[in-house]
Amino acid sequence: MTMLKNSGAVRRWGLVILGSLLFSTAAIAEETTIRIGLTAVFLDNKTSFLRQWERYLEGKAHRPVEFIQRQSYREITDLLMKERIDAAWICGYPFVKYKDELHLLAVPLYKGKPLYQSYMIVPVSDTTTKGIEDLQGAVFAYSDPDSNSGFLVPQVDLLKKGIDPKHFFSKTFFTWSHRDVVVAVAEGLAKGGAVDGYVWDTLAQTHPELTKRTRIVSRSEWFGFPPFASRTGLSEASFRLIQDILINMKNDPVGAALLKKLNIDGFTRGDVALFDGIADEIGILDARR
Amino acid sequence: MNFIKNLSYRYKVPLMLSATILITVIIVSLLLAWHAHEDLKKDLFRNAVEVGSVLSNSLPVAMKHDDLWLSYQILNAAKVDDEGADSARILIVLDDEYKVYVSSDPRRYPVLSTLQQQGVELARVVKQIKHRPSLVPYELEQDEYIYAVVPMIDDGIALGTLIIGYSRSLLLSRYKAILVRAAYSASIVLVVLLPFGWFLGKRAVKPLIQLAGCLGKVVHEPLDKVQCSLVEGRDEIGQLGVSFRKMLLELQQKQRLESQVIQSEKLAAVGRLAAGVAHEINNPLGGMLNAINTSRHHGQQDAVTDKTLSLLERGLTQIGETVSALLVEARQESHELTPQDIDDIYVLLQPDAEQQSVTLHWQNALTTPLNLPSSLVRQLLINLSLNGIQASSQGGSVDCKIRETDKVLDIQVCNAGRDIPEDQIAKLFEPFVRMKPNGSGLGLWVSYQIVQQLHGAIDVVSTKGRTCFTVRLPLMAEAT
Repeated sequence: MTMLKNSGAVRRWGLVILGSLLFSTAAIAEETTIRIGLTAVFLDNKTSFLRQWERYLEGKAHRPVEFIQRQSYREITDLLMKERIDAAWICGYPFVKYKDELHLLAVPLYKGKPLYQSYMIVPVSDTTTKGIEDLQGAVFAYSDPDSNSGFLVPQVDLLKKGIDPKHFFSKTFFTWSHRDVVVAVAEGLAKGGAVDGYVWDTLAQTHPELTKRTRIVSRSEWFGFPPFASRTGLSEASFRLIQDILINMKNDPVGAALLKKLNIDGFTRGDVALFDGIADEIGILDARR
Repeated sequence: MNFIKNLSYRYKVPLMLSATILITVIIVSLLLAWHAHEDLKKDLFRNAVEVGSVLSNSLPVAMKHDDLWLSYQILNAAKVDDEGADSARILIVLDDEYKVYVSSDPRRYPVLSTLQQQGVELARVVKQIKHRPSLVPYELEQDEYIYAVVPMIDDGIALGTLIIGYSRSLLLSRYKAILVRAAYSASIVLVVLLPFGWFLGKRAVKPLIQLAGCLGKVVHEPLDKVQCSLVEGRDEIGQLGVSFRKMLLELQQKQRLESQVIQSEKLAAVGRLAAGVAHEINNPLGGMLNAINTSRHHGQQDAVTDKTLSLLERGLTQIGETVSALLVEARQESHELTPQDIDDIYVLLQPDAEQQSVTLHWQNALTTPLNLPSSLVRQLLINLSLNGIQASSQGGSVDCKIRETDKVLDIQVCNAGRDIPEDQIAKLFEPFVRMKPNGSGLGLWVSYQIVQQLHGAIDVVSTKGRTCFTVRLPLMAEAT
């Protein structure tokens, strides 16, 4: 199946290159809508901000741009795999899983680097917990089963410490967003949670009253920041178009303002090697299964 | 107690009415408040069941999928409706092992904890839930909270139980608000009703107060001066008013009668005395006059003796006249009274009337002779008429009416002029009471004696510048 798909993708790429060579102007003027999937790797709950960004992208692309949102990472990944959307801002975990079928479009720069961490947090009332191993028998909140920072990292952390994550906690649940992991821990529903460090930091700026009710117990090693990935079938022209717009956002005031709201410094082309760390983690987890 | 007993009905009745109104308003308010309390409790339970039934649409599915976060969000959505009283309402979902599946306050009721350690009330509630599996919501009332137990059912199977607890403090604060509102309404009602009650009370008691005041007057003032405005009617106080007025009239009549009796007895005594004295004087007087006469006829007297005898004779004659004037007797034989006798008197009085410039209005209604001694009646009529003429102011008039009704001769003589003072009226018929400077003081005495002898009655009314003498003389029996 993978072979077939791959050969299909190559054939399509060939056609696209041929087409763009022959009708390069026509390709740019292509009027089809660019569909971009968004996941909770960032604070995707601000609809007004998303509309502004959408309009900004449309202005730059001279084409309609539509953001697609779903509850879970998997739904967006599925849409991307089925080529129902052109690109998506996904987590490094699914990107590594499906890296053969996806192209790395752009990687956000956070604090100047395309890297981020996973935070293990507990309610601020819990002053004793020093690591995830102290939370045996507790209720633990994950963000998404396809999240690196919100699932993969704590799982592998436990495994590395020789603990079976399946029976370590008394109960675990998914909140389907990093923000809600913070809420669940802050409200005391969960005694601990794994959250995207970038989301927690951003929340600490915008909603300090929420993050103050949580305490960061540990920070993971640095991983590749959740990237923008495109489906393999996306035209080279569209690929370049979206990539250029994203990378050049930091160079104009409107784009810079939008980046500021996103709390990132900009986008870079990035390298697939950035996600090797995540690939290692997946390896550990899969070996265990 | 004595103070209340002695308090005037003027205040007692309005006070009692006010107290009744006050007590009624308080009792009604309390009853309403109690009903409101019960309603509030029912409302609370109904509200809990409503919340529970809304939650039971979505919660069981979330539970079935073991989606803790969704369950929590569903509970939180239901949490928002109260006026910031989240701590007053608790929502706990128990799983089928009676452990906390999720709660609206996970810090207090953590996931997977048991409620047995969360106070007596919740322990009791859990015990109830264990022993009373139910597919319909029910109420569990405890001291601090009122609980609604709503089973979370999926396809007829209870996946868990939702416990909704309302703090009684919530109930209490709402109840307080209702009480405050009720108190306001009650005060408004009282502000309107109390003055109204006071007014009604005063109105009801007014006749009683008047009656009491009147009774007080009877004790402290002369009876004939007592003036009372009393409410008369058919209710008890009205009847009392009527009776009181009747009693007052009778008392006044009795007093008048008594004073009349005293008056006539006094006059009768004076009459008897006068008559006795007159008799005693008349006999020696006659002898003395006879002696003077004899002395004149027999023998010559010197001038001094003659002058002395004349002086004695004039003096004794005057005494005799005075005495006979005092001594009124129906001694004279006289003919029956004819209408002509009356008219003669009119003619007789004309000169005196003209001299005083007084007009004499004469109404003689008699047509037939009456069986009464004419000389006495004539003297009586002359006395009264002359009195009237002399008492009239210049240019005034005297009205004389003479008529016979039911075998009674009715004589009325009225004149305009100065009223006779009250104290003089009482002594009017006594001898030597002079109403005018040149009178003998015997005119009315004689008139009174005549009336007495003829078994009649004489009365005088003197008010508003008009004095009337009324004489009623019964006709004598024909048999004589």
